Amino acid sequence: MNLLVCISHVPDTTSKIAFTDDHTEFDASGITFVMNPYDEFGLTKAMHLKESNGARITVINVGLSATESTLRKALAIGADEAIRINAEPTDAAYVAELIADYARDKNFDLIITGRESIDYNGGAVPGILSVHLNLPFVNACIGLDLNGDQATLVREIDGGKETLQGKLPLLIAGQKGLVEEKDLRIPAMRGIMMARKKPLTVIEPSEATKQTMVLNYDLPKEKEACTLIDPDQVDQLVELLHREAKVI
Amino acid sequence: MKVLVYAESWNGSFKKSTFEAIHYAAEVAKLMNAETVALSISGTEDHAQLGQYGAQIIKTIENAALETFDNQTYAEAIIAVADEMGADTIIISNTNNGKAIAPLVAAKRKAALISNVIELPESISPFTIKRKTFSSKAIAKYQTHSDKKVITITANAFGYAEGDSSASVESFDFTPQETTPSLTSLSVDSATGKIGLTEADLVVSAGRGLKGPENWGMVEELADALGAATACSKPVSDIGWRPHSEHVGQTGIAINPQLYIAVGISGAIQHLAGVNASKNIVVINTDPDAPFFKAADYGIVGDAFEVLPKLISAIKSHKASI
Ligand SMILES: Cc1cc2nc3c(=O)[nH]c(=O)nc-3n(C[C@H](O)[C@H](O)[C@H](O)COP(=O)(O)OP(=O)(O)OC[C@H]3O[C@@H](n4cnc5c(N)ncnc54)[C@H](O)[C@@H]3O)c2cc1C
Ligand SMILES: Nc1ncnc2c1ncn2[C@@H]1O[C@H](COP(=O)(O)O)[C@@H](O)[C@H]1O
Repeated sequence: MNLLVCISHVPDTTSKIAFTDDHTEFDASGITFVMNPYDEFGLTKAMHLKESNGARITVINVGLSATESTLRKALAIGADEAIRINAEPTDAAYVAELIADYARDKNFDLIITGRESIDYNGGAVPGILSVHLNLPFVNACIGLDLNGDQATLVREIDGGKETLQGKLPLLIAGQKGLVEEKDLRIPAMRGIMMARKKPLTVIEPSEATKQTMVLNYDLPKEKEACTLIDPDQVDQLVELLHREAKVI
Repeated sequence: MKVLVYAESWNGSFKKSTFEAIHYAAEVAKLMNAETVALSISGTEDHAQLGQYGAQIIKTIENAALETFDNQTYAEAIIAVADEMGADTIIISNTNNGKAIAPLVAAKRKAALISNVIELPESISPFTIKRKTFSSKAIAKYQTHSDKKVITITANAFGYAEGDSSASVESFDFTPQETTPSLTSLSVDSATGKIGLTEADLVVSAGRGLKGPENWGMVEELADALGAATACSKPVSDIGWRPHSEHVGQTGIAINPQLYIAVGISGAIQHLAGVNASKNIVVINTDPDAPFFKAADYGIVGDAFEVLPKLISAIKSHKASI
């Protein structure tokens, strides 16, 4: 089986977000970048498929050279090959088109992405990519079982879940549930050594179109100081929620 | 000119987020001097109610092939209506189904997709609009020069009101193409009777401070008394005290209800990312230094096991008195 796992390189979840140049650029100083948490579930799922069915795993990222640490981590976890498309991932349509141009003639049986990146939060790349490659797209995928080229998939819907059936090739956007959190793979020493010999190929971007740009960023408004209420006077809280906040 | 909005329904009725999307679309249409068209696919009998939220024309598709949701065919249907009506701006709710459709519609129409939008556009030409980014830790102002756009809006960010306008209901003939790659839905498992978390106005949430799943009775009782949905912190769903679908935060569901009550949750940065857009936050925690108090509007430093029973009875007597 031939698997493609799309990986984005994002600020660690503990990062405090700040901006530079008049709030037009994300301030990356002092920020640790990691593999997008949703993509960790996808990569681990790919490893499970490799171990049970036999598969070749290619990981791909659209990004500048700083993202190679994340691709090396994916190789150390067990991917066979890494591709970096050398471009700044400023727009989802652009990223998806670049990945599509790479993947089009590679006959991937399954493309795994994350539900969303925790920086852009677009939830956009996977669906757009599926259109370019004319593949069925399963969003918020929390379960995948393969039997030959028959796939049984579970996806999260608002207030429940849905089980679907389909045929490979297809594209899923995964999250927790695709594999369990306790099963997430981390690189072992041997994997790290082996990763050094695995290919990480840098390719230049094809002609792709950008649809959007960011003019500037802002931080959410700061809260005013919290009103403390005596634990023996909960009536006061109810009163405030009724009269002041007007929510009950 | 037309603005098209997808009117999502669930089990035969429109969702609350749908009314919000229609109201939003109508406001965008005003800015564009355009008409608002709502599309309902295998929805309810009562389409005309969408007029109250600002839809002027309601297109309905009833076709056995579209009885169950399928993102490919639904996206195709939306595109067919958009093409016929000449609608360049398409509004979709940021629900799980909405997120499964929106990128398909955008890519197939070569439209710009701007998701997680929280406000009306600041300018129509060039189209400039704010969206949430960095897991709700920041807001970004996006611009697109594309004539065609697909906007998904964050639930509860905008609100809606009922008006008294009415709409014309017209049926639309649509047959999916055979070539669409598609999947077959085998079954749908819904957590019935529960208030959906993303749409809920009021949410009661609890964390590891509650000590064990056996103590969630009082959390549910408080939620019932308020008519609220229940949520939890990540470790609580990881240990299996509560279902994963209740996990809110950076790697769970992001919500912005009118009221978020957090009981026994410390307020870690990843938790806050998913809830700090809530209009009012109440924190109940034994530790006065818990970081959550910094993000709270109202706080009680106290033991959940003592405070919750009192709060439940106070809410009940308040409800009885109004
Ligand atoms: C990559 C990553 C992603 C993450 N994503 C998320 C996410 O999406 N959502 C999320 O929630 N977390 C997330 N986390 C975890 C987060 O960092 C915290 O560990 C978690 O939010 C803590 O949960 P908690 O507040 O329930 O538990 P704790 O941190 O253990 O806090 C329990 C709180 O309860 C209080 N308490 C104890 N007893 C009582 C009592 N009797 N009455 C009242 N209060 C009491 C304590 O003072 C304490 O403040 C993530 C972490 C990582 C590394
Ligand atoms: N720059 C990128 N390179 C590779 N994959 C990406 C990139 N950006 C997003 N993706 C993939 O698309 C998913 C959703 O990202 P987004 O559309 O940005 O929310 C991520 O979880 C990744 O799997």
